[in-house]
Amino acid sequence: MVWTWFHRLASPPHVYALAARLTPWFGWAAAIVILAGLYGGLVLAPPDYQQGDDFRIIYVHAPSAWMSLMVYVTMASAAAVGLVWRMKVAHAVAASCATIGASFTFAALATGSLWGRKMWGTYWEWDPRLVSELVLLFLFLGYMALRSAIDDLQRADRASALLAVVGVVNVPIIHYSVVWWNSLHQAPSVMKLGKPEMPAAMLVPLLTMLAGFTVFFVYLLLVRLRGEILKRERTASWIREALAG
Amino acid sequence: MNTSALQAARLILARDLRLAVRKRGQFVQPLAFFAIITTLFPLAISPELARLREIASGVLWVAALLASLLALEFLFRDDAHDGTLEQYALSGQSLTWLVFAKTTAHWLLTGVPLALMAPLAGVSLGVPYAALPGIIVPIALGTLVLSLIGAIGAALTLGVRRSGVLLTLLTLPLALPALIFGAQATDLAIHGANFAAPLYLLSAMAVLGVTLAPLAAAAAVRISLE
Repeated sequence: MVWTWFHRLASPPHVYALAARLTPWFGWAAAIVILAGLYGGLVLAPPDYQQGDDFRIIYVHAPSAWMSLMVYVTMASAAAVGLVWRMKVAHAVAASCATIGASFTFAALATGSLWGRKMWGTYWEWDPRLVSELVLLFLFLGYMALRSAIDDLQRADRASALLAVVGVVNVPIIHYSVVWWNSLHQAPSVMKLGKPEMPAAMLVPLLTMLAGFTVFFVYLLLVRLRGEILKRERTASWIREALAG
Repeated sequence: MNTSALQAARLILARDLRLAVRKRGQFVQPLAFFAIITTLFPLAISPELARLREIASGVLWVAALLASLLALEFLFRDDAHDGTLEQYALSGQSLTWLVFAKTTAHWLLTGVPLALMAPLAGVSLGVPYAALPGIIVPIALGTLVLSLIGAIGAALTLGVRRSGVLLTLLTLPLALPALIFGAQATDLAIHGANFAAPLYLLSAMAVLGVTLAPLAAAAAVRISLE
């Protein structure tokens, strides 16, 4: 009986309705938290003594980078659930994650590059964090390419799910090899995100933004998931009822 | 079922090697590809050996990875076309072992010859003779890792049109750690330094790959056959 809620998550109509109900809550919560975080980060937080106001890009960059990894892990977890229990909805979740994750990764790269223009004087530096993000972007792109290359939906689901699981095993190996690769070639970069000595006035908005981005991701996921379910179940009869009602 | 998993794996290994000997064309192609790629660099950059020596490690590694990747597309393709792969899956033998045997055959037929040929290209790029073991051993290990990871990608892209580019996109990001440490080992060897540390890390990856990759590749084969 404890598992009833879990079994119900396997039913597309149930998840569709649930997602429709939850979407506005997450949407408004994300808007409020992100606005509060932005106000804290852009107005209340003092300028950095070395970087001046340039450091404020961290309030978009760090949450994006954090989300890029978290979305990948979410995607791989959903994919694993789909592989093991053959749950259609789990595959739909994984499929919805890919584009969102790639976008967050791209945002992290773009903001990191802009920050690098101020700090290093170049748009691109072979900094380990940026390289890891770039590889993560390739992983997302590979996942999406594999998915779109296979016509049969079920096979596409299972093949891309396996790729996501293999990828998530590799992500830490890739990350640490890139870090070691870099530390052996050049001195560590000046950027130290999330250093504990960051004053509270800077840290609190950052954590707020992290929370806001997480809620924002759930919101995006719910919206995309509904689209994904509609696409997959377009021939089912419950769709007509759901859309009419 | 009198044949044990190991025996079956050995039979498949022997079969793949025999097939390669009879169809020499496929076996030679990656080697020729490697030779051409490594020839392009001196022509594109400069004939100065001192400059070439600085980039030799990177050139050898990228060329070896691409050459090995080129051959990966054929790892399962012929067997999938004529139904052999399906018979393997239905044989009741552990598909993991069979896939591992095929991957090993692929490595013996592309990775090892590439590793043995790389010193030749290395010398032409100004690598000192003393550094040659630092080319052979890391490249042999690195191509093993690539074959193992690539087997997953090759199985996933079975039956996909224009799978070559897709296979590259799937495999290379996952093979980056092998490239990083392998190229580092070779670079250290070229500069006359001790290259044991990156080699150990590369070996660790090979061990991890041998342990886990055939499981994933066998699962991928099953998905593609569904």
